[in-house]
Amino acid sequence: MENIKKSINRRSFLKASALAGGGLLLNFSWLASAKAAYTIGNNLNAEPTWTEITGYIKITPDNIIKILNPNPEFGQNVMTSLPMMVAEELEADWQKIEVEMGPHDNVKLGPQFTGGSNSVRMYWKPLREAGATARQMLMEAAAQTWKVPIEEVTTKGGILFHQKSGKTGTYGSFASKAAALPIPKEVKLKEPQHFNVVRSARKNVEGLKIVTGKPLFGLDYKQEGMLIAMIVHPPAFGMKLKSFDAAETLKMPGIKAIFSQKLYEDGFEQGGFDTRTFNDMLVVVGKTTWEVMQARKKLNVQWEPAGDTKDTFGGRGQKREVTVPGELESTDAMFKKMQEYAAKPAQQLRKDGDPETAFKNAAQIIERTYNAPFLAHNCMEPMNFFAHVTEEKALVAGPLQAPGWSEPTLAKLLNLPGDKIEIQMTRMGGGFGRRAYGHYLYEAALISKKVNAPVKLVYTREDDMTYGIYRPMYTATYRAALDANKNLIGFHVKGGGIPEHAIHANRFPAGAVDNYLAEGWQIPSNITIGAFRAPRSNFNAAAEQSFLDELAEAMGKDPIDFRLALLKRAKENPVGKDNDYNADRYAGILTLVKEKSGWGKPENKKYNRGVAAYFCHNSYAAHVVDMVMKDGQPYVERVFSAVDCGIVVNPDAAKNMVEGAVVDGIGNAFYGGLTHKNGKPEQSNFHQYRMIRMNETPKKIEVHFVQNDIDPTGLGEPPFPPVFGAVANALFKSTGKRFYNQPFAPDLNKKEGKQI
Amino acid sequence: MANFNIKVNGKVRQVEADPATPILWVLRDHLDLPGTKYGCGVAQCGACTVHLNGNAVRSCQLPVSAVANQEITTIEGLSAKGDHPVQKAWLEHDVAQCGYCQAGQIMSAVSLLKNKPKPTDEDINAFMSGNICRCGTYTRIKAAILDAAKS
Repeated sequence: MENIKKSINRRSFLKASALAGGGLLLNFSWLASAKAAYTIGNNLNAEPTWTEITGYIKITPDNIIKILNPNPEFGQNVMTSLPMMVAEELEADWQKIEVEMGPHDNVKLGPQFTGGSNSVRMYWKPLREAGATARQMLMEAAAQTWKVPIEEVTTKGGILFHQKSGKTGTYGSFASKAAALPIPKEVKLKEPQHFNVVRSARKNVEGLKIVTGKPLFGLDYKQEGMLIAMIVHPPAFGMKLKSFDAAETLKMPGIKAIFSQKLYEDGFEQGGFDTRTFNDMLVVVGKTTWEVMQARKKLNVQWEPAGDTKDTFGGRGQKREVTVPGELESTDAMFKKMQEYAAKPAQQLRKDGDPETAFKNAAQIIERTYNAPFLAHNCMEPMNFFAHVTEEKALVAGPLQAPGWSEPTLAKLLNLPGDKIEIQMTRMGGGFGRRAYGHYLYEAALISKKVNAPVKLVYTREDDMTYGIYRPMYTATYRAALDANKNLIGFHVKGGGIPEHAIHANRFPAGAVDNYLAEGWQIPSNITIGAFRAPRSNFNAAAEQSFLDELAEAMGKDPIDFRLALLKRAKENPVGKDNDYNADRYAGILTLVKEKSGWGKPENKKYNRGVAAYFCHNSYAAHVVDMVMKDGQPYVERVFSAVDCGIVVNPDAAKNMVEGAVVDGIGNAFYGGLTHKNGKPEQSNFHQYRMIRMNETPKKIEVHFVQNDIDPTGLGEPPFPPVFGAVANALFKSTGKRFYNQPFAPDLNKKEGKQI
Repeated sequence: MANFNIKVNGKVRQVEADPATPILWVLRDHLDLPGTKYGCGVAQCGACTVHLNGNAVRSCQLPVSAVANQEITTIEGLSAKGDHPVQKAWLEHDVAQCGYCQAGQIMSAVSLLKNKPKPTDEDINAFMSGNICRCGTYTRIKAAILDAAKS
């Protein structure tokens, strides 16, 4: 192994090597921090200081160019958009590029984390640099061969040209030579006006496989001799396994094993995303899915209350214990408890000016409370994972958003070193945050180890919906102080939730109001929660944007003009510090949606219009929702969306993402909700948990992006939260009533006295 | 357990299974045809939609014992190269996000167009509302169906 030690004064390192059979392989390694010497060698895996990002390109002598996509695909289209960024700078022919999902390798391929609307944002520079560096080396190889200055070599569509001499050659023909050249220290990236791959619509590279039913997903993964496993979990949060009798079940056809096992032994130090709901696994293993499904129904099982339990969390050298209350909770009681907590003093999150005095002196105080339930992610592909664990190594494959977070825990659970664990990421049938939590991977691996066979763990839809890791249950009370001239002189938000509150204290309208107070409180629970598309924002945007609409109404102002005036204040004379939004960009989406929707135009009078805007995940989104009554029910017929996420890499796919966010938002606003009775979820499948369908989808969703050259920011999440607020505000126009409790459909139900 | 001869995508296949086994699991576990997806198991989501004698059915509710001598078509058998007009329209509109539900959506759409070659908006709503798309691609699904109806 070759070792080179040097102090780091550059951020990137490339490793070029010849492919077997000729050709170029470029590894791009990017350092997270430049604090230590680093090692270059054949085994990059051995060097733990390589922590951030790499990508890689393979070129064969016959000019096949393959780009590995680093980040797991869950429908946000990174299999297409990330390779587009490489291809842009590589100057390769997009039509001829092959794209492959990369293996889990945080050294070569970077963080490999799908979530937080971060994929394009975090890979934007490194992947373009990767493409540009490879191009530069190919140009150098051609220049040397042709004995011409590199400045005279040009590239287009995977071909090198020397115009004066008329010489040409494919990337493939120069790949081996390029691989032997020194890595250029610096490369110049294209200015946005020269983009010809990025910013033009490119079709999903897996489109054909999807429409022909190819095995892309975790649930489709198969290996010779693979068994199917299912876990029977307690019927309620706060319960645990007491005993079981499997004698009869074991005689059923195809059944191989039934056993119980702990996921984490007592005191096991969990990582931050190792959330699990039930620690005792009651496992049924058999030959086929149907046989296991039938067998588990026949099991004779006794459950008992778990009482208070303890979770141990490790990481960052700090061990901490958390007590999980054992109560069997019910939604009504939880709601009452939230009201009690809301009346108690809470933690101050931000204070500007003197809000107490402003409220004392107010001519009018408006106070409204908003509530929202637990939400289940309901990815269309239920949780599942394949595992084949032996004494020496482990292969696991399935749908996973954050392999890098799961590997250390898996290594500890299996007592294997990280380099003996191979994680393959399949295409995910949806994620929405749910698959950032790796417990189902660990479960599959422990089961495989126990039965000493390749196993696929499958959650039924019921297992999936009743397991937990939900969007939390939230509440927030907003108060506004108006003076005698109806000016906004004070703003107060106090939010809480089970088990966390949703308040982002530094977001709008913080910075736009002189006297501002944000507070938060939370109630611990055994009902587990996790990231759900735009965590916290998905509640805040509903509550805050509904409240601002009601404020505008009380002040006799247009809801868009009211927001624009506040943003003008935040820009010109911001209140306080750490306001985490850009007032100009925020105002920009409101202005754009106002224009594109024909806001205030007489031809749109037939619609009950609601508007909302929000900033999260570094991007800005606004919607105007046009509601009509259809068959006596409010129906969102049209939506106009304006989004500022900087440069839009793949415009048509980006539109698709916004359209989907709008539909998802309307669906969850009207119907989404998971309730509990004595710890038991009251919804276990789609006959009880209502999802939006084709007939409830708008006829038209018109998406507009702000055109600018700002580096790309998030897109998967930002358009989702403001949909809730826009729908609530349109509902007010449709019904004359404000909607404070999500989901909205049951309240419509009450009003109209009929079932929805 | 019993033996069944079933006809899938034009071929007769022999399967040994519990007679109550839904065709969904016969396709996926016995015949290695994973294009048909499991979503709910209770005929609420449409991910498992296949054709039985040309009509859309939810394969999670169709026991293997009930399909003798009938033609089953799955997404894998819809066309040789993914060039059925509905598949082409799906690609043209770049419908998919995660893609998991799309096989079921396509099988439903093909069946709809067989019965109503020129569907109205309401026809599409009525027929396609049995298929859930969690990513919310419904507007593109509708546009693709209307496009496929033109060809």
